[in-house]
Amino acid sequence: MTEHTTPTPPSAPSAPSTGPGPGSRITGAEALVRALENSGVDVVFGIPGGAILPAYDPLFDSVKLRHVLVRHEQGAGHAASGYALATGRPGVCMATSGPGATNLVTPIADAYMDSVPVVAITGQVPTPLIGTDGFQEADISGITLPITKHNFLVTNPGDIARTIGEAFHLASTGRPGPVLVDIAKDTLQATTEFEWPVPFDLPGYRPVSRPHSKQVREAARMMVEARRPVLLVGGGVLKARASTQLAELAQLTGAPVVTTLMARGAFPDSHRQHLGMPGMHGTVTAVGALQKADLIVALGARFDDRVTGKLGSFAPGAAIVHADIDPAEISKNRRADVPIVGDCREVMADLAAAVASEHASGRKGDYDAWWALLDAMRTTYPLGYEHPPDGSLAPQYVIERIGKLAGPDAVFVAGVGQHQMWAAQFISYQRPDTWLNSGGLGTMGYAVPAAMGAKVGRPDAQVWAIDGDGCFQMTNQELATCALEGIPIKVAVINNGNLGMVRQWQTLFYNKRYSNTDLGPRGTRIPDFVKLAEAYGCAGLRCERAEDVDHVIETAAKTDDRPVVIDFVVHQDAMVWPMVPAGTSNDDIQFARDMAPDWDRTE
Amino acid sequence: MSTHTLSVLVENKPGVLVRIAGLFSRRGFNIDALAVGPTEHDEISRMTIVVNCAEHPLEQVTKQLNKLVNVLKIVELDPAASVQRELMLVKVRADTEARSHVLDTIELFRAKVVDVAPDAVTVEATGNRDKLNALVRVLEPFGIKELVQSGIVGIGRGTRSITDRSLRPVGDGTRATERTA
Repeated sequence: MTEHTTPTPPSAPSAPSTGPGPGSRITGAEALVRALENSGVDVVFGIPGGAILPAYDPLFDSVKLRHVLVRHEQGAGHAASGYALATGRPGVCMATSGPGATNLVTPIADAYMDSVPVVAITGQVPTPLIGTDGFQEADISGITLPITKHNFLVTNPGDIARTIGEAFHLASTGRPGPVLVDIAKDTLQATTEFEWPVPFDLPGYRPVSRPHSKQVREAARMMVEARRPVLLVGGGVLKARASTQLAELAQLTGAPVVTTLMARGAFPDSHRQHLGMPGMHGTVTAVGALQKADLIVALGARFDDRVTGKLGSFAPGAAIVHADIDPAEISKNRRADVPIVGDCREVMADLAAAVASEHASGRKGDYDAWWALLDAMRTTYPLGYEHPPDGSLAPQYVIERIGKLAGPDAVFVAGVGQHQMWAAQFISYQRPDTWLNSGGLGTMGYAVPAAMGAKVGRPDAQVWAIDGDGCFQMTNQELATCALEGIPIKVAVINNGNLGMVRQWQTLFYNKRYSNTDLGPRGTRIPDFVKLAEAYGCAGLRCERAEDVDHVIETAAKTDDRPVVIDFVVHQDAMVWPMVPAGTSNDDIQFARDMAPDWDRTE
Repeated sequence: MSTHTLSVLVENKPGVLVRIAGLFSRRGFNIDALAVGPTEHDEISRMTIVVNCAEHPLEQVTKQLNKLVNVLKIVELDPAASVQRELMLVKVRADTEARSHVLDTIELFRAKVVDVAPDAVTVEATGNRDKLNALVRVLEPFGIKELVQSGIVGIGRGTRSITDRSLRPVGDGTRATERTA
C-alpha cells in the first residue's frame, strides 16, 4: 500500500455526493463516503474520534447521508439494529478506534445473536502504529471475530470501496448479521481511484436460498399425514420478509402456528390458528402444542434453549422438519428428520405448492381432533394477570393499554426482562416489523437506542420503547440525541423500582433473598424520570393509577414535537407467567405460581 | 468418539488461521493436529485438521467452518483412500556405546539421521501417526532429549484432486450443494 500513502493533489473538486468522474483520485475517506452512498445508505449513527476523523470530513459534505450524532457508541450500534429491523435495510454505525470500537461490541454481539444486518465502520490507528499498543488502539477485528458474520481490516485505500460493497452484501444476504469494517487512519487519508460497482471477491461465500425440492415434497407428505402438526415460526420468517407466504401456508394446511419471541408479528395474533408464543414465558397452549405434537415444521427458528426448555424432553413425540437458510442451525440442537436449507420465503412458497398438490391427490391432513384439544387448552389456560390488591398499577395492564391505544401499525421496542415478556405477551401484533427486541443476547438498554433507530427508519410510525427502569438507566443518554435530532420516540418506563426479572427468580428460586435487585427504596425517585426527561428536552409524564393510564398514553401519542417519557410506577411483585423454570422440561410449565396445567385432562 | 481428518481449502489471507482456531475453541471442539501450507494455487492455502469427536459434532464443526467466509471447501479424508503423513524430528541420546543400536533401530523404521553430536543423534522420520508412535516407543529406552512433530498433512489417493466434484464435501446441511475453490 506504500504507493498510495503519499497524498496527491485531488485532480477534481471532491464533493463526495456528486464527485469527480471515474478514474480520478480521491481520498480513502471520500471513497468510503461514496461507497456508503452507492450502497443505498441514507443514515449513519455514530460518533467521531481521532482515527475516524478523516471520514467525518467528507461525511460533513454528503447530501445523501444523514449522520445522527449519538451520545455513546452502544447507542449507535443498537440504533443501527433498530433501523435495520424496522426497515429491512442494513443499519450503519460508525465509531473511532479503541474505546469507540469496543463500545460497539455489545450491539454487534446483539445483532449477531438476532441475525440483524448491521454494518459497523471503525477507524483504526495508522498502519505503522498497528500492533504497537498505540494510543486508542484495540484489535477490534480480532475482538469481534466471534460476534460478526465477517469482518475486515482495510489497510489499502484501493480496497475500501470493494470492502464496503462486500460488507453490505454479507450483512444482508443469506442469514443476515453484523459485518465490521475497520479502516486504518492513514488508509482513509491516502488517495485512490474510485470505481463503482466493484466486483466482489468472496469465493467462499455462497448462501443457498433455493430449497431442495425432494425435501420439500417429503415435508409436504409429512404435513398431510400428521395428526398433530405445529408450524414453529422463528425470526427467519421476518428476515426473509415472508409473512405473506406464511399466511398462505397456514391457511392452506390449517395447521396451528406458534411464533417465537423473535417472530412476534410474523403471523397475526388475531388469527384463529395462532396459539401465541412458545418458550419459557410462552402460552400454555403454544408450549403444550409443541410437547404433544407429532410433527414440528420449524421455519427460520433455531430451537433456542428458551424455547425448548430441557432439550431431552422437548417435543418427545414430534418428527422435525427444519427449514433454515443457515445449514449450521439444522440439527444443531434438535436432530431434524427432514432438513431443508433455503430462504424461508422460497421454502414456504414451495411447501405450499407441494401441500396443494397433495391435496389435489386427495391427501389432506385431518387435524380436527388436534384442534379440539388445542381449543380446550386455550380456553382453560388463557394468558392473564391480576390487578394488585393494594390498588397500585399492574404493569401488564399498562403494556396492554399501550398496545391497544397505539394500535397494530405502531412499532414496539422492548428492553430485556419482565417488561419485555409482558410486551411480547399482552400486545397484539398483527404485522411484521412491529416488534423489536433483544432476543438472543438479552441486552438490557436495547430499547431506547433501538427505538431511536426504528423511528429514523420509519418516521411516520408511532414508535414506543417499552422499557424497564433498570434497562432505561443503561442507555437513556440517547434521549438527548432524539430530542436534538427530531426523533420523537415514546418511552414507557415500566418502573417497579427493581431489576424485576432477577427479583422474580430470587422470589422463586432464592427464597426471596433480594440480593442487589432493589434500585432504590419506594418513593425516593432516584433518578426522577420525569425530571430526567425534561432535562433531556423531552416531555416527562408520570402515571401511578389505572384510571390515568389511557389519558397519559393519549397525551404521549399526541406529542410529536419531542420525545416523551412516561414514568409508569407499577407494583413490584408482579411476575411473568406462565413460566418454564430454566433447565426444566416444558412439561413442567406453570401457568401461575405452583400451578401446573393438567394437559391430560383437556384431552 | 473417533478421529477425523479434514482437508480445508481457505483463502490465503491474514487472520484466516485465527478464525479457524477460534471457531474450534469457542464451539468447544478440540484440534488434535493442524498443519497449514500453500497449495498449487497462490491464493489458496490448505489446512489439514485432525479432530477427535463423534459424528454429530463433526457435522457441526464442518457446517460452522463452512460458514466462515474465507473457507472455500472442506473434505473429510477417508484414511483408507488417502495418504496421511507427519514429520518428526527427535534427538536421541546416543553415546559411542549405544550409537550402533540406535542406528539399527532407525534403519528399521526407514528414518534417517540428520545431525550427529558426540552423545546424541537427531533423527528425521516421516509416516503416519502409528508408525511415529512406534518409533518413539523403541527410541525411549535410549533416552529422548527432545522431540518435535509437524501436524498431519493428507492427500487423497488416485488421480482426483480435492477440487474434483466427486469427492464428498461435508457440512453443507443437505449434502446437496458443494463449495468449490
